[in-house]
Amino acid sequence: MSQEWLIEIEDLHARAGDAEILRGIDLKIGPGEVHAIMGPNGSGKSTLAGLLAGKPDFEVTAGSIRFRGKDLLELEPEERARQGMFLAFQYPVEIPGVANSYFLKASLNAIRSARGEEELDAIEFLSLVREKMKLVEMPEDLMSRAINEGFSGGEKKRNEVLQMLLLEPTFAVLDETDSGLDIDALRTISSGVNHLRSPERSMLVITHYQRLLDYIVPDHIHVLSEGRIVRTGGKELAVELEEKGYHWLEGA
Amino acid sequence: MSDAASDRLGRLATETAAAADGPAWLGDLRTAAAGHFAEQGLPHGKLEEWRYTSTRPLTAHEFALSTPCAEGVDRAALEALSFPVYACSLYVFVNGFFAPELSAPKALSGRVRAESLAVSPAEGLGQLVDTKLHPLAALNTACFRDGARLVIPAGIRLEQPIHVVFLANGSPTEPATSFPRLFVDAGAGSHARVIVDYVSLGEGPHWTNSVAEATLGANAELEVAIVQREQREVVHSSLVAARLDRDSRLSAHTLTLGGAWVRNDLSIQLAEPGAECHLNGLFLGTGERLVDNHSMVDHAVPHCSSHQLYKGVLDDRSRGVFRGRVLVRPDAQKTDAQQSNPNLILGDGAEVDTKPQLEIHADDVKCSHGSTIGRLDDDALFYLRARGLAEPAARRLLTRAFAGEILDRIGEPALAESLGQLLQERLHLDDAPGAQT
Repeated sequence: MSQEWLIEIEDLHARAGDAEILRGIDLKIGPGEVHAIMGPNGSGKSTLAGLLAGKPDFEVTAGSIRFRGKDLLELEPEERARQGMFLAFQYPVEIPGVANSYFLKASLNAIRSARGEEELDAIEFLSLVREKMKLVEMPEDLMSRAINEGFSGGEKKRNEVLQMLLLEPTFAVLDETDSGLDIDALRTISSGVNHLRSPERSMLVITHYQRLLDYIVPDHIHVLSEGRIVRTGGKELAVELEEKGYHWLEGA
Repeated sequence: MSDAASDRLGRLATETAAAADGPAWLGDLRTAAAGHFAEQGLPHGKLEEWRYTSTRPLTAHEFALSTPCAEGVDRAALEALSFPVYACSLYVFVNGFFAPELSAPKALSGRVRAESLAVSPAEGLGQLVDTKLHPLAALNTACFRDGARLVIPAGIRLEQPIHVVFLANGSPTEPATSFPRLFVDAGAGSHARVIVDYVSLGEGPHWTNSVAEATLGANAELEVAIVQREQREVVHSSLVAARLDRDSRLSAHTLTLGGAWVRNDLSIQLAEPGAECHLNGLFLGTGERLVDNHSMVDHAVPHCSSHQLYKGVLDDRSRGVFRGRVLVRPDAQKTDAQQSNPNLILGDGAEVDTKPQLEIHADDVKCSHGSTIGRLDDDALFYLRARGLAEPAARRLLTRAFAGEILDRIGEPALAESLGQLLQERLHLDDAPGAQT
């Protein structure tokens, strides 16, 4: 049975310091599916995203995550990435002194060699990255600048989606990729994400706003509140949430 | 401190000064310096300037005077040290003595002179070196026999850098001390770059005790990159002294990537209005090494500026010391003096003592100083790992980025590149498959 799911989260409990944040999450995502997680601030959305990518700030106190049949929690962040996990960061990190192009090439080649593919040389990389940059309408000068340093909010998010387009992950988690974007940027970024939708690739789209789900239409929506999934439904659930807000779900 | 060691070195200095050839003025200079050393002996921990740095490694062996021993040194051995091959004039000194057979001087344009101090001692030598204040420089002044003299005449612009290599040729059985000496006379309106490369061959302890002096005439521009990359048994004490005349500009990069124990003193006199200096430093500690940088910038007159950025990378159980003193004298109005010393601690047992110090006697100045001590940023590390970079590769990349701010300031990209590689090698950060490009 477990082979059918790309990712299986079972009864996941996690804490950050003394605070219990996730209190029993159950979520299964099959190949090709796009799931959305909505919920108010503090409901545990970003904790879940961080845990999937291997952020060391959280402690899992119970439960499990299986990814492509393996125990995900056993893997280092880089091993997860090499096996096809991708997190688009809510707050992409600025790294002065490291050129974006250098970083992207190092990252792509690390992932390619883990997949048993040839590493790309500088010329091959450049032509690939140019092609992907067009999809997210990213200015070329962002390649030669330091990673995210001095990028606008929108540029940082484009850079995240660019990385996703380059790395072609099996499972992508988008952590509030829409926050802080104007409608044009949102459209561009969504179309970049949709470009990657395929029968093998799954996504978990975390958002605070229903608006994103007009562009990246999910198969399932889950509502997270106080560390639990309190409601699951189809894409119509987003509209309901938009109308009623989250309050009516609390304590449900 | 060992008084016996000071006495022995004092006798050595006096005898060597008395026995040296050369013009009378140089003899007087040597004798006075030997006297200054004998009076003070080796520096000790009671001196404020030496509080954090023990001179014990200087007395761990009975260092004998180096001879011009180029045995076992050939071009191949030099090239194996893998410094980049510059398209510039190369002057090699072995244990402080000029080695013409290893050098590759090119015809220098416009009456530029590069000479051996033994052949052509420079009038004015030693004028910037306060041998009462710097006993180790006094020892050098009494004992040095040779060195490099670079004269860039007024108005001359050198397109290619001049590369001076001071090679310590160690002997496992006879620990010796050498006294590299460099004298740079940058004439008014001249423009030159000099690379001073301290390297070593052979096993065994060696004490390199170097002095470099530079005078910059009005509106001269001089960039000096001082690279210290000796093997792990070499101890190195150095004094770099410079005097800047009106509107001249000095960039001095001190890049310390080798040696067991390194103490650098920098003494900069901004002597006339409009002078400007940029002092950059990168020092790397691994194992149990100690690297100590002491800078002194003397703002004597108005409208001068000084910018200091010293960055330390300390791994394992190494120690770093930085003390930067900026003196703004009463007349030095409109001084702009900035000083910064960020340190990156990689090893759990590593330590840094940092003491930026401003001494301001003028009231219309812009001065700032600061130091930080930190580790690699966890969020940055996670971000890189989440994109598939192995942890060692991610650490290496971030460390290289930290150091890059200094390396990027070096006007010679080939040198910056090879120093970046050397930094990574010396940090013994493992390569991870697929993570390098």
